[in-house]
Amino acid sequence: MKVDCDIHPGVPSVKVLLPYMDQYWADAFVQRGMDGFDMASYPPGAPISCRPDWRLERAKPGTSLAQVQAQALDAFGVRFAICNPLYGGQVAVSETMAAALCSAVNDWIAAEWLDADPRLRASIVVPVQNPQLAAEEIERKAGDRRFVQVLLPSGAEMLYGKSYYWPIFAAAEKHGLPVGIHAGLMYRHAPTSNGWPSFFLHDYVAGSQVFEDQLLSMVSEGLFVKFPGLRIVLLESGVTWLPGFIWRAIKTWRGVRAEVPWVKRSPAAYIREHVRLTMQPFDAPADAGIVSQILEEIGSDEMLLFATDFPHWQFEGDQAVPPGFSPSLLRKIMVDNPLATYPRLQESIA
Amino acid sequence: MSKHIVAAVTDLPPGSRKLMTIKGRPIAVFNLGGAFFGLLNRCPHQGGDLCAGLVTAAVTADRPGEYRMTRQGEIIRCPWHGWEFDIRTGQSWCEPDRIQAKQYPIEIAAGTDLVKGPYIAETIPVSVEHNYIVIEV
Repeated sequence: MKVDCDIHPGVPSVKVLLPYMDQYWADAFVQRGMDGFDMASYPPGAPISCRPDWRLERAKPGTSLAQVQAQALDAFGVRFAICNPLYGGQVAVSETMAAALCSAVNDWIAAEWLDADPRLRASIVVPVQNPQLAAEEIERKAGDRRFVQVLLPSGAEMLYGKSYYWPIFAAAEKHGLPVGIHAGLMYRHAPTSNGWPSFFLHDYVAGSQVFEDQLLSMVSEGLFVKFPGLRIVLLESGVTWLPGFIWRAIKTWRGVRAEVPWVKRSPAAYIREHVRLTMQPFDAPADAGIVSQILEEIGSDEMLLFATDFPHWQFEGDQAVPPGFSPSLLRKIMVDNPLATYPRLQESIA
Repeated sequence: MSKHIVAAVTDLPPGSRKLMTIKGRPIAVFNLGGAFFGLLNRCPHQGGDLCAGLVTAAVTADRPGEYRMTRQGEIIRCPWHGWEFDIRTGQSWCEPDRIQAKQYPIEIAAGTDLVKGPYIAETIPVSVEHNYIVIEV
């Protein structure tokens, strides 16, 4: 019953999406000669974007269903795997082009992937650039119960706690869909709070700061008070930054909580109740003692979700979980926690 | 434990506070609308002078963007890190079950009773015509 909560089927090109677009956009992409909407956060040739033994010959990472079936589903023995496509619709500058690409990706993945393998589930990708259009896309796809989550990039045009984005969270909560936030930026802002880094090394390592800011925004703006049924899943956020971050949030909340009186409980309480994180990358040394200490500091055994992040290069062989996890905790992160986080997985095995 | 006469009621009008040292301990006495409360002048967080903090209201909300002010004058914020305490109970706002400012029980006694003892009248002259704040330390 193991669940892989984060795999990345690749969109080979805009060409495969054209049949899922209306006439205007199907024509526009061809007439304007536009393709290559891969996200700048994951350049196809970058080492992180694909493990060497998972690379395809003359094809972009993750674009082969047969390969995903063999190397992700069979190899790890998963009952379900959640597809999180990372493609340009989620970050495009044009709201309408973004909506066209997102809806095409959703229809394409339903027809070409979900129909082909009963183990596959997917996230609904949405044009977060226009929250109203994003909410409409959630309404359009929520009836297909194989879509188990809404997917947002980690960095957009504003922080996600802002009321501007509430239509998206309202739609997700209404349909019992967690909102997954995956590493990957629109690059409307520098990915660090001090400006633009020069190198991919900096960009990727600093990615966890973006998640910290989004979490603080959601907590302090009262998103979890407004939407008490909302569940947030941080995907490829890393994990080990969490304990120190929670400690700082609690400490500061105690001193200035009167400026956000709707934050009635400690930030740690909201985060432990509403937020989940996938396990790749876990970003800790392969030392069981250190890992155990981090897990203890996180203070909950319900927050972590198993993931391979296929085909991203986070680990070698089948070592998708670092040492230091007890058998009972492994069962929680691989089975119990995913089923509790994604009600639509639970219902499909009931 | 012993009982100490710390002030005449008329010397500490509603809304005021007074810091004093009793048995070597710094203790702040507050008058909240005629009811008196005593707190150790030491924040349980890191020892800041609670009595020097801002006395304010309880700020609450049921939804984002709302600010509701209630119980004006009954919450004190430590001047060091802003932790809030309920003057009536000593409870902290952030961890009411775990973190409390130490309280001392206070009673009001008539001068006619006090002159009989066994109270300790620090430096307060006691007169039979007045009522007094008595704190147990």
